[in-house]
Amino acid sequence: MGRAQLLDTCDEAVAGIEDGSTVLVGGFGFAGMPFDLVDALIRQGAKDLTIVSNNAGNGEVGLAALLRAGRVRKVLCSFPRQADSHVFDGLYRAGRVELEVVPQGNLAERMRAAGAGIGAFFCPTGVGTPLAEGKETRTIDGRDYVLEYPIRGDYALIAAHRADAMGNLVYRKTARNFGPVMATAAGTTIVQVNAVVAVGGLHPEAVVTPSIYVDRIVPVEARHYTVQGAR
Amino acid sequence: MSMVTSTATGVVEHVDRGPLSIDELAAVIARDIPEGSYVNLGIGQPTRIADHLPEGSGVVLHTENGMLNMGPAAVGDEIDPDLTNAGKVPVTELPGAAFFHQADSFAMMRGGHLDVCVLGAYQVSAGGDLANWHTGRPGDIPAVGGAMDLAIGAKDVYVMMTLFSRTGEPKLVPCCTYPLTGRRCVSRVYTDHATFDVTPDGVRIRETWGGTAAELAARLDGVVTAR
Repeated sequence: MGRAQLLDTCDEAVAGIEDGSTVLVGGFGFAGMPFDLVDALIRQGAKDLTIVSNNAGNGEVGLAALLRAGRVRKVLCSFPRQADSHVFDGLYRAGRVELEVVPQGNLAERMRAAGAGIGAFFCPTGVGTPLAEGKETRTIDGRDYVLEYPIRGDYALIAAHRADAMGNLVYRKTARNFGPVMATAAGTTIVQVNAVVAVGGLHPEAVVTPSIYVDRIVPVEARHYTVQGAR
Repeated sequence: MSMVTSTATGVVEHVDRGPLSIDELAAVIARDIPEGSYVNLGIGQPTRIADHLPEGSGVVLHTENGMLNMGPAAVGDEIDPDLTNAGKVPVTELPGAAFFHQADSFAMMRGGHLDVCVLGAYQVSAGGDLANWHTGRPGDIPAVGGAMDLAIGAKDVYVMMTLFSRTGEPKLVPCCTYPLTGRRCVSRVYTDHATFDVTPDGVRIRETWGGTAAELAARLDGVVTAR
């Protein structure tokens, strides 16, 4: 709604996220994970959250910390089980968190549909598999498709490389992953960036997420994690 | 020259040696990937195929987390947390690389723009069904990632796996008993004992290692169609 707000702290950026919200969280493993915003969300205290993200937390930080804090009711993701997903695994096996597994491309496209005003779409992914059970199907030009519905977030928490003061965003390498799609699919899109530059400081040809999708921006100190050899 | 026989039906049989090692299998697959293809190598064993692509092959590697023309694994100072592959391992970029977001990455897959993907598997059926995402055992946490999208998206889906499970059960089967990843999507199966074409007319052996095609077919429960 309106022009993006430029905020000083992550605590201000996540203010107002209500209990029971659906929160889209960017990142593929650690690349593009908005660690500072997730840490602020833990301090903020919202609970009973539905989290939409590619993974269900790695190691002890980011989403894994949010899960460990007991704030998550349900996770929609493509790849929960990994070498370092022990926090999620424990909660899931104890029946303390729900899981909906969504193929990675469907996760992205369902959010894209939400952001683009598409009511639903027929998708060939998953036809004849357990993940399509109970879903409407249609044969179009001899090929089978499954009807998939949009995934909309109340909030999106994403990490970009830089923003200008209007909220235009650029990303860095494969840390781009879900950011541009999630930015379009949430009621309120909150972005942590490594630097904010003046309006005009990003080349218009290079902008990946236009400012219209961005509601709150907060600069953070770059901090990096790597997962060597993770799956 | 090693003992290679060619049967009347064109099957190449390497009978003076044992089954292929994983790296030998990766080299066999690399040899068969057409020059200049856009290729996605699944996480796990298929990643090793990249090490065997001949220099100048012009193969462009796609990684579904959002990059084309991915380079080899990063070492030392090359490691950049913002540059990883689908297995979340730090990698490098080659000249001509491109980055894109997740919806684009899967659109190029689903839209039929990717020439080949190579995936691991628990089972492949004679009809080309693929099972590789979930054991279906109670208590196992399923994780699908991009496997279902790749299975129906790439023009050619190759499977790389051992032909027999650790308990000796064939993994190329009349009908999959594990939950499916995709239906009728596999076109070729590469294993340590043999490579197979999956065609509308049935499964055909292309090449064998450590035994003859006839011996192998006898161990595969009627899966292989005679020529």
